[in-house]
Amino acid sequence: MLAALILVLVVGGLIAWHADRYGGNAPRWIAVITLLLDGALLVPFFAGGLPDAGVWLDDVRWRWIPRFGIGFHLGLDGVSLLLIALTVFLGIMAVMASWTEIKDRVGLFHFNLLWTLAGVLGVFLALDLFLFFVFWEIMIVPMYFLIALWGHENRAYAAIKFFLFTQVSGLLMLLAIVVLVIIHQRNTGVYTFDYFDLLQTNLEVNTALWLMLGFFIAFTVKLPGIPFHTWLPDAHTQAPTGGSVILAGVMLKTGAYGLLRFVIPFFPEVIADFSPIAMGLGVAGILYGGMLAFAQPDMKRLVAYSSVSHMGFVLVGLFAWNAPALQGVVITLLAHGISSAALFVLAGAVQERIHTRDMNRMGGLWADVPRMAAIGLFFSIAALGMPGLGNFIGEFLVLLGAYRVDAAMTAAAALGLVIAPVYSLILIQRAFHGGPRERHRIHDFGARELSLMGLLIVAMVWIGLYPQSMLDVSEAWLKGSLRGWEETVALAPSQISTREGEP
Amino acid sequence: MITAITANDLLALLPLIALSAAAVIVMLAIGFRRNHRLTFVLTVAGILISLMTVPLASDVAPRLVTPLLLMDRYALVFIILAYASGLATVVLCWEYFHVRGGQAEELYLLILTALLGAGVLAAAHHFASFFLGLETLSVSLFALIAYPLRQAQALEAGIKYLVLSGVASAFLLFGMALVYAETGTMEFAVLGTMPGTFQSVIGTILIIVALGFKLSLVPFHLWTPDVYQGAPVPITALLATVSKGSVFVLLLRYGLESGVLRAPAVHVLLVLIAVVSMLVGNFLALRQNNVKRILAYSSIGHMGYLLVALIAADVIGGDLAAEALLVYLAAYFVMTLAAFGVVAVMSPADREAEELGDYTGLFWTHPWLATVFSVALLSLAGIPLTAGFIGKFYLFTTGGQASLWMLLGALIVGSGLGLYYYVRIVFQMAQAPAVLPAGPEARPVVAHLVLAVLLLLIVGLGVYPAPFIDLLHPELKASK
Repeated sequence: MLAALILVLVVGGLIAWHADRYGGNAPRWIAVITLLLDGALLVPFFAGGLPDAGVWLDDVRWRWIPRFGIGFHLGLDGVSLLLIALTVFLGIMAVMASWTEIKDRVGLFHFNLLWTLAGVLGVFLALDLFLFFVFWEIMIVPMYFLIALWGHENRAYAAIKFFLFTQVSGLLMLLAIVVLVIIHQRNTGVYTFDYFDLLQTNLEVNTALWLMLGFFIAFTVKLPGIPFHTWLPDAHTQAPTGGSVILAGVMLKTGAYGLLRFVIPFFPEVIADFSPIAMGLGVAGILYGGMLAFAQPDMKRLVAYSSVSHMGFVLVGLFAWNAPALQGVVITLLAHGISSAALFVLAGAVQERIHTRDMNRMGGLWADVPRMAAIGLFFSIAALGMPGLGNFIGEFLVLLGAYRVDAAMTAAAALGLVIAPVYSLILIQRAFHGGPRERHRIHDFGARELSLMGLLIVAMVWIGLYPQSMLDVSEAWLKGSLRGWEETVALAPSQISTREGEP
Repeated sequence: MITAITANDLLALLPLIALSAAAVIVMLAIGFRRNHRLTFVLTVAGILISLMTVPLASDVAPRLVTPLLLMDRYALVFIILAYASGLATVVLCWEYFHVRGGQAEELYLLILTALLGAGVLAAAHHFASFFLGLETLSVSLFALIAYPLRQAQALEAGIKYLVLSGVASAFLLFGMALVYAETGTMEFAVLGTMPGTFQSVIGTILIIVALGFKLSLVPFHLWTPDVYQGAPVPITALLATVSKGSVFVLLLRYGLESGVLRAPAVHVLLVLIAVVSMLVGNFLALRQNNVKRILAYSSIGHMGYLLVALIAADVIGGDLAAEALLVYLAAYFVMTLAAFGVVAVMSPADREAEELGDYTGLFWTHPWLATVFSVALLSLAGIPLTAGFIGKFYLFTTGGQASLWMLLGALIVGSGLGLYYYVRIVFQMAQAPAVLPAGPEARPVVAHLVLAVLLLLIVGLGVYPAPFIDLLHPELKASK
């Protein structure tokens, strides 16, 4: 069942590639149908209700490379279910957003799109560290092609930068994984890459710190956190709209997912000491990303830097690691996925019409394209954290949780809520308000774009007004991770002392 | 102690004997009737028959045949790899030299002798067989590299390789002489029981220097780009795979059995060479615009990566090191052959398609070749689901087991540099071409078949390596 989720996308991608010969729209429809099918596969998990005991909704385990105890192990719990649903939803949005933008090699485009999504689903599902790494790296390759082939003027540079950042940091993680496995093998005598076995590994504090850094850097590059964020504005800006939607909406979430699934549960011994640093990086990201966003004349770049700022909240919330903060993280991930996707679709639509992203050449567009401008205003307001919409819930809960851990840090992070309106509104002001600086003859959103944006608006309002429906899904996971956490934190000092006591 | 050779000894040697017989038959056939097709068919048949004798030999393995050769699983697995690569090279040569005309028959004879040398090296257990194998291989390669006699570049490459190989052989012999003078033995296993003296360590270092030339490790790499560029493409493929692989296989056996890896001086030297090779090789490849030169520099980096398995061998034991080495070599062989195979197929009759510009828009003009090339390059870069990743994973495991953090750090940096130039070629192929080709070209069917098999192997080894790993189980004893 879980493997089918990935397999559907893989096969759909291959079909879409070869559907080119039946006209330009064939691959698009095939991509939509594939994603709908994937969505249908998810329905039983939502409808079936939550398990009475345990966290895991479903679990698949096959042997793969027995020599090193590597298995094809997939598992689904509440938080991965939510993220997968977001992935499939935004996948459909990405296909719809690219409907008229992509004109050549349509089949290949949708092949790459679907394979990227397949890789992302694999990341959210894998419970074998080797398998996780394979998906983690493999999702980069089709994304690289999306940027390199269909990107904008500076695509070669952006694509290679994206590829190098993620791959090299990925190798650090591979090293950390391998060393973790070797330590486990020395302790127990068996090679295994299985998530649950490796959770039991006893690590010395010093080793744990180095291993944690290997994982942390890989995930923070993807998140992105300061100072590893520099690939993001280039990649997001140069990618085609569909690619930006997937990058901002889904791929950044894999970094957050990695942190919450692997880094914090694996290395409880060092997280307590490390969390001020991580939270500090998060706060720096919130403020610095927001300031940079404000200064950008390029519409997509502005949205890209705002992602750095929003992901800073995620980093703060994750390392606060208590119930409200984690709930906030989950909601922020979903809400930011939707709002940033919508803003990239908007920026892409503007660029498709007037062939520039430079806001100095816009202005006064409201008169020509009122629907576009109004929708843009809606998502800008959502992004700045207006109560009643999704981002507010997420960021508010994060701050609430973080306050219990570190009040000063939280106060600094809350300044992000001041910066966010500034950069969000400047976007609207420069692009849509004021007098027109150049004459553009453009048409407003059509039915396809309106329905696409309509879906995103519904999702946004739903998260804002009824976040409990999402929190119910992830609650079992939340309780499970916090319970384990308190035990290990309570245990950790005594373990350390006994270790030090030994010769 | 001299014992008569028994039937079982001959059986163990059968893969080498069959290949020698094939070489003799091909030579006689050329003498009687000079025919490209006939020679090609005989060579392919010879290699196939030699491959088929490997299971027979493995029934009696491991077996020490005279003090010179040890036919064990380790040697036999490499012999399969080398012969199969030789087969792929022969097929590429057929297409390549067929369109170019001239007398190509002796080429096959030389390829057979080169393979024989590689086989002997893999089984060598004694300085004498070590030197014999290496020289058989090298002398064949001199002639192969300079085979297109009328091309200045090939001739220059041949001479360069000849001179530097000659120097390396002199180092090798001097090193062996020093070791022999100190210990009085030339058998690896007996050497392992002797304490290392100053002179024997110096001798060992000289031997490593000589092997460094053959493996094109930094700082002995200067010949590599010129020779790679000057040699005909299929021969470059042979040089990059069989020649380097066999020397590495020998180096691991020699290092473990004679215990030289334990000498601190040797250890430090190897670590230095490895780090420098990974960094310099990959760094120099960054600004190249010639695909053959890029692959040459990248091979320097890859040989540096492989040294991780060798250096770790002393700590983690021979079995895991040998397994890692063979897995990496298998991956390296298929991806290198595929990359050079594409270059060979792309080359028109009058020149070689070696400039980066020749590959612009390959995805539109030759999607199949572009796919093979991209997969081969991504595999060389170590992207998951390709054979190259499994190889790299093994190196991480061996390096991690032996706690070689500096080497692994260099490996990560080197891989990062490597990604840049591999992906650069892929990007070049993905660009829209300036001009579309006029019409369909001749299709060398056999070469495409080889490329298809190589592609399957790269992906197959990457996606489901378990059966291959189960087949290996090479056992290599380290000296106590």
